[in-house]
Parts: sequence; structure tokens; C-alpha cells
Amino acid sequence: MLSVSDLHLSFGGIKALQGVNFEAKEGEITGVIGPNGAGKTSLFNAISGFYAPDKGKVHFDGEDITGITPDKRASLGMARTFQNIALFRGMTVLDNIKLGGHTRLNTGLFSAFKYFGSARKEELELRRDIEERVIDLLEIDHIRKYPITMLSYGLQKRVELARALAMRPRVLLLDEPVAGMNREETADMARFILDVQEQFGTTILLVEHDMHMVMDICSHIVVLNFGQQIASGTPAKVSKNPAVIEAYLGAAA
Amino acid sequence: MINGNLKADYGADERVLNNRNKQLFVYGSMLLLALFPLFADDYAVLMACKMGILLIAVVGINVLTGYTGLVSLGHGAFVAIGAYSTVIFSNLFSGLPAGILPIIVVPLAILVSALVGIIVGLPSLRVKGLYLAVATLAASFIVKFLIEQDLFAPWTGGIVGIDTPVPNLLGWELDTKREMYVLITALAVGTMLAAQNLFRTRVGRAFIAIRDRDYSAEILGISLLRYKLMSFAISAGYCGLSGALGAYFFARILPEQFGLDLSLELVAALIVGGMGRTLGPLFGVVVVLLVPEMIKITMSGATGGSLEWARYTAPLQEIVFGLLLVFFLLKEPLGINQITDRILRSANRWPFARG
Ligand SMILES: Nc1ncnc2c1ncn2[C@@H]1O[C@H](COP(=O)(O)OP(=O)(O)OP(=O)(O)O)[C@@H](O)[C@H]1O
Ligand SMILES: [Mg+2]
Repeated sequence: MLSVSDLHLSFGGIKALQGVNFEAKEGEITGVIGPNGAGKTSLFNAISGFYAPDKGKVHFDGEDITGITPDKRASLGMARTFQNIALFRGMTVLDNIKLGGHTRLNTGLFSAFKYFGSARKEELELRRDIEERVIDLLEIDHIRKYPITMLSYGLQKRVELARALAMRPRVLLLDEPVAGMNREETADMARFILDVQEQFGTTILLVEHDMHMVMDICSHIVVLNFGQQIASGTPAKVSKNPAVIEAYLGAAA
Repeated sequence: MINGNLKADYGADERVLNNRNKQLFVYGSMLLLALFPLFADDYAVLMACKMGILLIAVVGINVLTGYTGLVSLGHGAFVAIGAYSTVIFSNLFSGLPAGILPIIVVPLAILVSALVGIIVGLPSLRVKGLYLAVATLAASFIVKFLIEQDLFAPWTGGIVGIDTPVPNLLGWELDTKREMYVLITALAVGTMLAAQNLFRTRVGRAFIAIRDRDYSAEILGISLLRYKLMSFAISAGYCGLSGALGAYFFARILPEQFGLDLSLELVAALIVGGMGRTLGPLFGVVVVLLVPEMIKITMSGATGGSLEWARYTAPLQEIVFGLLLVFFLLKEPLGINQITDRILRSANRWPFARG
């Protein structure tokens, strides 16, 4: 579904990615792990189109998307959340989520000026879709009219996931969705991610430091260290890999 | 989920005038605007027309600066393009029946402004903030420079200006200010509604998203290229309409009416009224046009209207107005709309709590 091949990316002297290769299989959850600074977020940025790789390709559904802009990748069905939440802070929860519907809507400038008629119909349809498919699923109906700034960190992460889901993505990239959450919030989020996979069949790529969660919900794991891909495989296989153990012990020491 | 909400009416929930006070304010204002020419004197009608013309331009710049977060110091140029296009096209198509001329000429003037707006907006894809402001400023100097050239004088009248046509809508000649008031007010209300509607749809949401966090907007599939240029086109088109009405309203137009002063006046009105708010431009225009007028009247009252004194009081008026703006921005940086919000909020809570 989504694959990267021989991906290289550097910032000046820093080699953030040095030859990353893997495929996220359709409908599965693929984990990307590695110590701090390993290049996980850089990998996401290359996949979603913010950084152009020095070398290598990104393929989405068989199509080479290496050269296209982030908004075109979104239109193809790629959604993402950010490690440090990137919501629109001045807007309400509902408006944030509605923005996720952008690529699915058709209203053009002149019907927008008019509003009544096709634009209104589309907006009300979007609202219904969001309410039934996203807000219910993520259990955020009590906060839909709240401004983002009034929400706890955990809820903001949930709203960011909601906004991504409003896009009806085929591939969903989640960058540390439970970082900074307590145990209960983490369990909720893990459940939501599994719900999304199950109900929508979304292909999910997950960056996370919480090993329990990664081992629990991922079917395939890619391990990065200093930009290099040091292992990949099933959770059971990866957790026994000496290089992986070394990288984590080395980082901890 | 709560089953009682299953059949919630989202249409009702998405209404703009969602409480009695807002409805009262909007419908009351419309009624007042309709009755205004029946009891107002000529001077009041003249001021109202000027406000309506300026308002349309400020509503336009609100879309660009207030909602999309792109600053322009050159939008006076689009007002100029609208005004000059109206005159030039009217002369060009003078063979057409007078009654349908404005219906062809005004949309054309808007279109030309919007197209130039797209070109002037191109730098916004690369630069932001001050750099963009300077780029738009430079573009506006070029427009004014071209209008003043002798080469184009046969069409533009050059530096001495050119006479403007009287609009004729399907046989109705709008040759008095009171008649122009009807046209200007109808268009001002219509354009404000249209702009407000944008922000109930994906188009307006995309603008706000770009303003608040452009990379998040991109990740949601919003093309920065498309929407930044669209925002420029809308704002320039609004300014173009404002210019077209200006051309019909004033007997003659001159290049110097559309200089830096006008561009700054548009931005000042927006800031004073409240950026990124529906009614911000309205409040701003009232202040920017009425306050200097009031200062003038007060001062000429104080000096007994002597021409001798006017030499000194004229620049003083501008200084007083400038100080007022600065004071206001320090006290209320979010504009008058912020003050009216506070009043409305306490009105809604009355009589239970204050604040
Ligand atoms: N825009 C940038 N400019 C310069 N260096 C960068 C940039 N982005 C990332 N880096 C560097 O690239 C390396 C990989 O960073 P990245 O953010 O991808 O790590 P990460 O695996 O996401 O880490 P973490 O677990 O802390 O989020 C780091 O050394 C980082 O400093
Ligand atoms: Mg990271």
C-alpha cells in the first residue's frame, strides 16, 4: 500500500535517514520505533512530502509520489497527526474536524458566496458524516463546540486523530499518538486506533515510544537507529533482535 | 451515544444568527439602512455613500489579511483598477445601450482587478509578512505609475484624471447621490453577506487554516497555491467593485485618489474594526470616515470657521486622528468587534451575571 525504498535524507551534516526500506501492508498497523533522534519524524516528513529525500522513492498504491506536494498526497488519501499537536488553536473542535473534510468536498468559490443551495447541502452532509463516523467513534461529542485551547493534552491528541479521520484516509500516519498520556488515556487511544483499523480498514503507520502499545497492536515493526534501518519484522522477531536490544540498551545507558 | 440526539437538526445548529440579539441587530440595521435616505440630509447621504464604497474594499481586504493572514499595503491599486476599468470600458463600449452598459462593465472591472490580484499575489507563495507587504506596495506604485503615463492618457486621462459616466441600470439613471445610495447600500450588504458565506464552507475554512498553521492546512489537502491566490483574487475583486462604484459616484477620478493613503486607510479601517471578523470592516469604516469628519467639525466650530486658522488646524486634524488610532490599538488591539462582543455577551447573560 505504502512503501519507501532506499530513502536517504540529510540536514547539512546530519544524516537523518540512510537507506530506509519497508512496506506498510494494506489494512495493517506497521510500527516505526527507535531511540530519540533516530529519524522517525523525518521519515514521516519525507512520506508526507514536507522534506524531499536526497535519494530513494515513496510509493503509494503503486504510484511514485516522491515529487508531489503534501496537499496532493492528502488528496490521494494520506492523513497524518503530528508529534507536537498541530491543531488550529483558534477554532473549535468541530471546525478543526471539518477541515479534515476539505478534499472530499466540492464547493467552489461561487457556490460558497451563495451558500444556500449546493454548498449548504454539502456542509450539512459533512456535518452529519463527521458526527456519525468520527465524533461518535472517538467519544468527543461533549467537547465539539469547545475551542482547542480549553482541552487537555490527551483530548487534543484525540481531536487531531478525529481531524485526520474526517479525511477518510486510506493511509494514516500517527506520530507518537500517546506521548505524554496517562495509562488510561493510552489505553483509550490504543482502542481507538484498533477501532479505526477494524471499521475502516485503514492502513496505519505508527511511531511510538510506548513499547507495550507497539508490541500489542502492530503486526509489523521497523526499527531505526541513527537514520539506519537496523531491523524489521513481526513484534516477536524484532524484540529478540540483538541489534535492537543493543540500540535500546545503548540509548538507555 | 445519546440516542435523543440522533435526529438532531444540523441545519439549525449551523445557523449564523443563532440568538435573538444577533437577529435583532442585523434585521434592525437592514431596516434602518432602507429608511435612511427618507430622512437623512444630503451630507449624511454623501457620507453613507462614501462609507459603503470604502466598506466593500475593506471587506475584501479582510478576506486576505484578516482571514488568510496575508498582509497587503497595496490594495488601493485594485480600487484604482476597478475605477479606471469602469471608465475605460464604458468609453470603449459606448455603442451599447446605456441601460445595460454597467451590467457588462462592472463585472469586467471586477474581473480585471481579480486577475491583476492573482499576479500581485504570486509572491505570497514565497514570502510572508513584511516582505509580502513591501511586494504589494511596489506593485501598487507600478499600477499608479502606469495610469499616470502620457502614453495611456488617451484612455486614463493621465495625471489630470478623467470624467466618469453616470450609471444607468436598465433605463434608471442614477444621477443623484440618493439614488447612488440605494445601489451602493444594496451592493455593500450583498458583498458582506457573500463574504460571510465563504466562512461557512470549505473555501473560507481553508483560508483560516492557512492563516493559523499553513503546514497543517497542506497536510489536510489544502493547496497553498490555489487558496492564497484565490484569496488575493477575491480581495482584489472586492476592491475592484469598490473602485467601480467610486467611479460612478464621483464626477471625476484622479490617480492621486488611489495612492498609498488609500491602501493604508483600508488596512487601518480593518485593524480598528477587527480583523477576521464579519462586522470588523463595518465598524472600522465608520470610525475611519466619521471620526476625522467629527474632528473637523469640532475644530472649525472652535475656530469660528476662519480660513486663517484652517491652515493650522488641517494638519492638526490628521495628528489627532493618528494619535487616536495609536491609543485605540494599544487599548483594544483586536478592534471594535471585540468591544461589541463583550457588550453582546453581557446582554445575553442579563440579568443573571455581568462580564
Ligand atoms: N528540520 C531539521 N533540520 C535539521 N535537523 C533536523 C531537522 N529535523 C530533524 N533533524 C535532525 O534529524 C535527526 C532525526 O530527527 P527526528 O526528529 O526525525 O527523530 P525522531 O526519531 O522523530 O526523534 P524523537 O523520538 O525524539 O521524536 C535528529 O538528529 C534531528 O536533530
Ligand atoms: Mg519524532
